[in-house]
Amino acid sequence: MTETTWQDGVYAALKAAGVRQIGYVPDAGHARLIERAHADNDMAAVVLTTEEEGIALSAGAYLGGQRTALLMQSSGVGNCINMLSLPINCRMPFFTIVTMRGEWGEFNPWQVPMGSATETVLTAAGVHVRRAERADEVVDLVAASARFAFDSCIPVAVLLSQKLIGAKVWVK
Amino acid sequence: MTLDRRAVVAELLRDTAETPGGELLVVTGLGSATYDAGAAGDRPENFYLWGAMGGAAMIGLGLALAQPDRRILVVTGDGEALMGMGALSTIAAKRPPNLSIAVLDNAQFGETGHQSSHTGLGTDLAAVAAGCGWLATTTVTAMADIPALRIRLRHEALFAVIRISPAEVPRFLPIRDGARLTTRFRDALGLPID
Repeated sequence: MTETTWQDGVYAALKAAGVRQIGYVPDAGHARLIERAHADNDMAAVVLTTEEEGIALSAGAYLGGQRTALLMQSSGVGNCINMLSLPINCRMPFFTIVTMRGEWGEFNPWQVPMGSATETVLTAAGVHVRRAERADEVVDLVAASARFAFDSCIPVAVLLSQKLIGAKVWVK
Repeated sequence: MTLDRRAVVAELLRDTAETPGGELLVVTGLGSATYDAGAAGDRPENFYLWGAMGGAAMIGLGLALAQPDRRILVVTGDGEALMGMGALSTIAAKRPPNLSIAVLDNAQFGETGHQSSHTGLGTDLAAVAAGCGWLATTTVTAMADIPALRIRLRHEALFAVIRISPAEVPRFLPIRDGARLTTRFRDALGLPID
């Protein structure tokens, strides 16, 4: 119940920030937001084949006067790097919420390299990074970070820690 | 494959005001497609990419969703389209009625020394688009068919491959300051400063 509450709060924060398009590569940690986006007639929910598509989607939306959020998992951040030249060169806002893997009770070692590098890589590519660790801070942090991105016209990523999301449970 | 790319793009971008909803909104893929569109006549509704390879079609999608009453045309090359091939699937799943894509296919990476691209080695991008779920696809090989293609690209959600000559044409370098391109594009749409 607690998880549902903060995730609905995050969706409300995106709506309040004026987000009209949500691009996503699915992740269990984003499932509620994706469900809400698809159920919302005033939101275009766009399923992507790879995460960098969401950066280009966001750029096109901005050219047309709309705001976008990209939902992805930390492993997808690695797919995005060159495409980040687009919002940076064009002085466009870019906002993404990244669910973290490979950092808290991770079962799958293949998630660890990109999970460990996510913040460093985003920062190196010119993205401002904020990180939520606790359920009681996440909604405010998303709301403030979305304003930061759209009002200051810069790329911003919010990382949702694996501790917050809950490590994926593997059953043999 | 004798079509001259400059002549093709000049025809596709002729009379852009004669488009349902007003001036055609154009996104060009990096390299020669950008030069071709600039050579056809610079206009604020042209958004030229100089990088972000593989992103042109998805910029078209974001724009098409944000501006449903306007027509969007993505003009790109085979190399750029190949890098963003997944976008053909993403766009088909969304079915925007106001977005068309024209791929100038010379089967080469012209910008980097004319290496053969995948379209010269077996990939048929129109067939890929159809396989992704695009309902209207076409391949054009004759200059005489370009005027009709220009009309279709402004009225349908069409994916078109245009087979062009790989011959080099003179460089034409349009604006490459992304912030300036963005600002003038949004100004042309009458959008407020955010």
